[in-house]
Amino acid sequence: MPTQPMIDPSLQFSAEALAEAQRIIAQFPEGKHKSALLRILHLAQEEFGGSLSIPIMNYVATLLRIEPIEVYEVATFYSMYNLAPVGRYVLEVCHTGPCAIEGAEKILAYLEQKLGIKPGQTTPDGLFTIKTVECLGACGYAPMMQVGEHYHEHLSETGIDLFIENCKNGLVDKGTWRHFTEPVQRAIKANPKTLQN
Amino acid sequence: MPRRLLLEHIDVEGIRQYDVYRRQGGYRSVEKALKTMTPEEVVDEVKTAGLRGRGGAGFPTGMKWSFLAKPEGVPRYLLCNADESEPGTFKDRLLMERIPHLLIEGMILSSFALGCRTSYIYIRGEYRWIVKVLEQAIAEAYANGWLGERILGTDYSLDLYVSPGAGAYICGEETALIESLEGKRGNPRMKPPFPAVKGLWGCPTVVNNVESLCAVVPIINEGGEAYAGIGLGKSTGTKLISACGNINRPGVYEIEMGLSVEEFIYSDEYCGGIKGGKRLKAVVPGGSSVPILPAHLILKTAAGEPRLMTYESLADGGFQSGSMLGSGGFIVYDEDQCIVRNTWNFSRFYHHESCGQCSPCREGTGWMEKVLHRIEHGHGHLHDINLLVEVAAKIEGNTICPLGDAAAWPVAAAIRHFREEFEWHINEPILSQQRNYGLVGEALLEA
Repeated sequence: MPTQPMIDPSLQFSAEALAEAQRIIAQFPEGKHKSALLRILHLAQEEFGGSLSIPIMNYVATLLRIEPIEVYEVATFYSMYNLAPVGRYVLEVCHTGPCAIEGAEKILAYLEQKLGIKPGQTTPDGLFTIKTVECLGACGYAPMMQVGEHYHEHLSETGIDLFIENCKNGLVDKGTWRHFTEPVQRAIKANPKTLQN
Repeated sequence: MPRRLLLEHIDVEGIRQYDVYRRQGGYRSVEKALKTMTPEEVVDEVKTAGLRGRGGAGFPTGMKWSFLAKPEGVPRYLLCNADESEPGTFKDRLLMERIPHLLIEGMILSSFALGCRTSYIYIRGEYRWIVKVLEQAIAEAYANGWLGERILGTDYSLDLYVSPGAGAYICGEETALIESLEGKRGNPRMKPPFPAVKGLWGCPTVVNNVESLCAVVPIINEGGEAYAGIGLGKSTGTKLISACGNINRPGVYEIEMGLSVEEFIYSDEYCGGIKGGKRLKAVVPGGSSVPILPAHLILKTAAGEPRLMTYESLADGGFQSGSMLGSGGFIVYDEDQCIVRNTWNFSRFYHHESCGQCSPCREGTGWMEKVLHRIEHGHGHLHDINLLVEVAAKIEGNTICPLGDAAAWPVAAAIRHFREEFEWHINEPILSQQRNYGLVGEALLEA
């Protein structure tokens, strides 16, 4: 296995992301800038394709003037950071108690069969990754999954079919899909363009 | 119509925006407190109100505030715990995404009471859109002079920020939350020192739940005594209950404490009864970590009294026959649900969420998950049941933070009340893969 380069000079936040990083750091008192780490890791994950590699984490360490190990230990602790490459759409299906009562396991099995992958895997076209996650605080609207910023609640098999189809057709941009209820599904079916921002 | 103090204006169109919120009387409690009250008087009102922490522990908020150390020249911090991750709980999310200014208003009052000049809302990382909602609302509050330098022309100044986590249940524990906010792994700290003495960056710190901070607004507006007049005994005021599971109307309800559990489950005003007309099997009344109770014990106490939605009544009988109000995450199970499977599911959750610091929790949660997995899948032995009880007992009370207890209680309670169902799973390894046990004793009768 080839060793990963520790430093990749081509890794640079966009001007926009840099400004956002500065805004986040400024929320903490002088000398307490390490507090910005979690949020800047989120930012890095968004900037650099959905996951965190060693060079990316090293870049964040340089940015925050902390040791790389301080970044690694945080990145490996929290479940929202992906330490391996993921697909364009990461389908995070909740399978904790209340969602399980409402059929989360069936939904998960359906997704696995439809996409031909298991949780933790990515489709060969690089579009979808399935992840199982623990309670996301949507227990009353189960079953549910999170994709990017959004919660898709009251999931059904037909709803999933439609969502996957729209993703494949490029109709779902990261962050444009709102709720996943039946009336919305009907509206979108009637006019798929409503998905485009 | 029951009294609503927190959700009173939740359905007003555009209540998320400052102008609309202000027109509904928003921020008048800040005017009252900053212009006519001293910080001590605000603390006293909250004490008079009898407000108890809404995150799960139920510790009196005013008393918690009075523990805050106030050394000269050292900043103090108020942290809002918006890490809502307890399975079954989704009430804080509603408050923040629908009526974010209520939390900001509550935080200004509370920060003023505690003498904090900087406060943070630590929110779970998955609520990414709510971070935006809150930051938008905070910007509006700054623009209208409710935050920043010299609020309302007084000497009081406050900065308020939002800081998201990144997916870790443990960060809802206050010292883990502080560690996380310092940009570290969410490993809970040894207590003492308590956060009130040494918290964020070594400074005195108070951590309060979203709902507790929101409740300070009606307390200041209407007075602590009026607030204490609502509810029953030491369970004063209203409580948000997030109801889910096999019910007709899942959702978040604001109840006056003292409502009977039976009315909460069956009234059309609340849960609307069990879905599909099925029979009630069990309830977890306060989030996944509190003991599960079978139908007969959730509706009535062991003494035959009606069970009420209060801290005291839900805990009546101790863990032998009672449970806890906890965070208000109310999970209802109908006759078709499998207690073994549910317990295994919760064990997996706690194993996943254990931070790994203390051996009893790190090893014990994994052990319980494995044993429950094998019982659920037809490979259990009868002595596994006692093994689970033993492991749970060895975790409980032997860890730095309450996650150990939270992992042990659901397993111990499930076995306490549903032992026959566990035995049936073990004695009927094939049958139990094909169908569920049903209500207490039913499968045994049929056999």
